[in-house]
Amino acid sequence: MSRDLSGFRPVLSDDEIARALTRMAHEVVERSKGASDLVVLGIPSRGVPLAQRLARSISSVEDIDVPVGAIDVTMYRDDLRLRPARALEPTDIPTGGVDGKIVVLVDDVLYSGRTIRAALTALDDVGRPQAVRLAVLVDRGHRELPIRADHVGKNLPTSVRESVKVLVEEVDGRDAVLIGAAEDPVAHVDLEDAR
Amino acid sequence: MIVLIKGARLLGAEPTDLLLRDGVIAEIGSGLDGTGATVIDAGGLVALPGLVDLHTHLREPGREDAETIASGTRAAALGGFTAVHAMANTDPVADTAGVVEQVWRLGREIGYADVRPVGAVTVGLDGQRLAELGAMADSAAGVRVFSDDGRCVADALLMRRALEYVKAFGGVIAQHAQEPRLTEGAQMNESELSGRLGLRGWPRVAEEAIIARDVMLAAHVGSRLHICHLSTRGSVEIVRLAKQRGLPVTAEVTPHHLLLTEDLVAGYDARYKVNPPLRSADDVAAVREGLADGTIDAVATDHAPHPVEDKECEWDAAAFGMLGLETALSVVQHTMVDTGLLDWAGVADRMSFAPGRIGKCDGGDFAQARPLAAGEPANVVLVDPSASRTVDPAASVSLSRNNPYEGRKLPGSVVATFLRGFPVVENGELTQSSIQKGMR
Amino acid sequence: MIRHLLSSSDLTREQATTILDTAEEMARLTEGRSVKKLPTLRGRTVVNLFFEDSTRTRTSFELAAKRLSADVINFSAKGSSVSKGESLKDTALTLAAMGADAVVVRHSASGAPYRLADSGWIDANVLNAGDGTHEHPTQALLDAFTMRHHLGDLDGRHIVIVGDVLHGRVARSNVSLLATLGARVTVVAPPTLLPLGVEHWPCEVSYDLDAALPGASAVMMLRVQQERMNAAFFPSAREYSRRYGLDTQRFGRLSDDAIVLHPGPMNRGMEITAEVADSERSVIVEQVTNGVYVRMAVLYLMLAGAGDGTTGQEGAA
Ligand SMILES: [Zn+2]
Repeated sequence: MSRDLSGFRPVLSDDEIARALTRMAHEVVERSKGASDLVVLGIPSRGVPLAQRLARSISSVEDIDVPVGAIDVTMYRDDLRLRPARALEPTDIPTGGVDGKIVVLVDDVLYSGRTIRAALTALDDVGRPQAVRLAVLVDRGHRELPIRADHVGKNLPTSVRESVKVLVEEVDGRDAVLIGAAEDPVAHVDLEDAR
Repeated sequence: MIVLIKGARLLGAEPTDLLLRDGVIAEIGSGLDGTGATVIDAGGLVALPGLVDLHTHLREPGREDAETIASGTRAAALGGFTAVHAMANTDPVADTAGVVEQVWRLGREIGYADVRPVGAVTVGLDGQRLAELGAMADSAAGVRVFSDDGRCVADALLMRRALEYVKAFGGVIAQHAQEPRLTEGAQMNESELSGRLGLRGWPRVAEEAIIARDVMLAAHVGSRLHICHLSTRGSVEIVRLAKQRGLPVTAEVTPHHLLLTEDLVAGYDARYKVNPPLRSADDVAAVREGLADGTIDAVATDHAPHPVEDKECEWDAAAFGMLGLETALSVVQHTMVDTGLLDWAGVADRMSFAPGRIGKCDGGDFAQARPLAAGEPANVVLVDPSASRTVDPAASVSLSRNNPYEGRKLPGSVVATFLRGFPVVENGELTQSSIQKGMR
Repeated sequence: MIRHLLSSSDLTREQATTILDTAEEMARLTEGRSVKKLPTLRGRTVVNLFFEDSTRTRTSFELAAKRLSADVINFSAKGSSVSKGESLKDTALTLAAMGADAVVVRHSASGAPYRLADSGWIDANVLNAGDGTHEHPTQALLDAFTMRHHLGDLDGRHIVIVGDVLHGRVARSNVSLLATLGARVTVVAPPTLLPLGVEHWPCEVSYDLDAALPGASAVMMLRVQQERMNAAFFPSAREYSRRYGLDTQRFGRLSDDAIVLHPGPMNRGMEITAEVADSERSVIVEQVTNGVYVRMAVLYLMLAGAGDGTTGQEGAA
């Protein structure tokens, strides 16, 4: 998973990412009036480690174990035919399921909104939550669907000709959010959602 | 009609002139006088005696959608053949004097090449009762070659009787050597590849066992035996041994067994489905050696036309067989001449003189396979060995398209074919044979 | 990612592993869920073209396609006018006209799926669901999936395949796939039921079942058809089962974690005894369930993406 990041500049450091996640954890607890009904689900691949960190943060705030898992949305995408098929990422719904729970979906970047639409459809097949919230580390705008995040680490105004990369320790060996030029502006439209 | 062929290399030797007059070779020598003659500049061309095919499926009567006597003999003429032996597995089977005479007469009327019918050995090719071999021999067609080709005369006693019986009129049994029980449902050469492809194997031993048996039967009863389309190293060795013992055994090999190998089957393209099947590179080397040293007497095409629907289908359902008349000489040049295994005199022997002797068509009114000499019938073919072409099945005059050489580059081309002095092919193209008819 | 699946020997180790990993996700996505259907292949048409009866294979493919929301057409070509070879082409042209995206083909003639894939009659993806005595790649994949589930990584594992290898498409597909996955394979059969040249296959060959069993992690028993007996492949059913059948005694000599597979349908009492077939180390029923996941994975990898997967470019939204 080596990415050519020459020409990318940092917009969030590892400290800033940690602070953003802690703040989001507090927001989630506040909004949900406690953590007892929460289930945190990350969207692979980088949403999953972020979800785990967010859940750990919430657990330490509330001193309660928050169930955390993963939900792969590949099978639910509406743009499958636009690119080669790829291997699926694991889906892991915590025991106890999502029925009646408050599900917090976690992803690294919110862009067109198509990934989140697919995640909502996927969630539909898993159960019926009481509510679904969305937490993203970066919101870079350019929505193509009426979707907005409940909890945002950083709002980052971008051009479509730019590319935003989120690196996480668990996958990439370090934490960072970078911005640079997209290799191919046309292909780029999908890049964040496609990863 | 008088034709002067100037500067042709007779059997590949030094250039000389040939004067064809009234259907015979009138004169051979340099600087012949061409007054009143059509002059053909044959500089760089090789002159061969008209080729004789011992093994042709013309499909008429019965499968005129695949080939007719007309279309098949046109293909023959383009391939340099002036005589073809028409196999008996037609519908009705050529197992009576009536059928063989009809085939023979149609060939005469069309006039592109002499058609020598092969008679069936057994009634309906069913391997049970001898057909009326004598009646076919005595008919206008004068049949001398008998074969159940497509099927093997598997019954040892019946084979013995057939070998004995045809001695009375100088006939020969041409055996399609295929032990039937060992080849039930067989689809391709039995090998590692057949195992991998899941296709029922056609083992070499099924051919070799019958050849060995028949050689011994022929020795026992003192008869001539001819082996059709021999395809394996083991078969070559058995025939070589038989010849060393002085037995009157002859054998033929097809052009495709001189060139193609079983790995072509890997894509399940039924154009490569043939009986006997394509074998290994080692077998190809063995049949080339056998043809070069005379163990194998003749090249015979086993020209087997099939309509598109019989080949454009699942391998198992497809028909066996490939076209061969129009490409035979090129394949022989490619595999035998250009490799140094045979010179043009050798080609003349394997593709004309030897098959003529085996088929007993080298004498009588319509003698074929005669030497290129003054006073002999003017059956001559002019070949340009320096030409080359990429095989295009659509360009064939055969009614069928099951050409296994599609897209291959092959050397040599037939420039002209003379049947008893008349050019049935000129500049590589067919002429009107109705003119020929008028001359008869 | 995959254009056609005609033979398991066409699969690289990476491709085979991707299929198996994907199948695992398919299992997790649908197992125990109230909604077993995924929207992935909505609008895609999968044709089950069966020239040969096989209710279990057809049903498995049908279920797999439907769980991915594809439209499924069952085209049974057996017994209808399609009996002669030439109609394979007509059938293909018909399916092309119907807009088939994938054709799952089962045929009694080896290589028939190759004809469909290579002929230019139809440009759908072609999936071999068993052709003659050639291959049955999804069966091999589901067997590998089942073994991997019980044994973990198959690299270095010893797997014994017993029975009619000559006529068996399952054996062919399994040997090549398992070898690709790094397993050590031994095929065991009487010499009459082994194809010529089997010594060049990526496996060991033995005529002696008892000698092959020690150290085996999995034993796969293949169906042996009674009628082979009449063609002199072996003298009698009794002699066959005595020499090559998996009975309780032989089963007892297997290691405790070894598993028993059978692609079905079984001849109980012939190649396998009822006790062994019904034992808890027999995974025969699981194989059926896993067949659906593996076929979902293959259909997904074949049909979900753009084109044949040769374009690595991400498309525009
Ligand atoms: Zn023949």
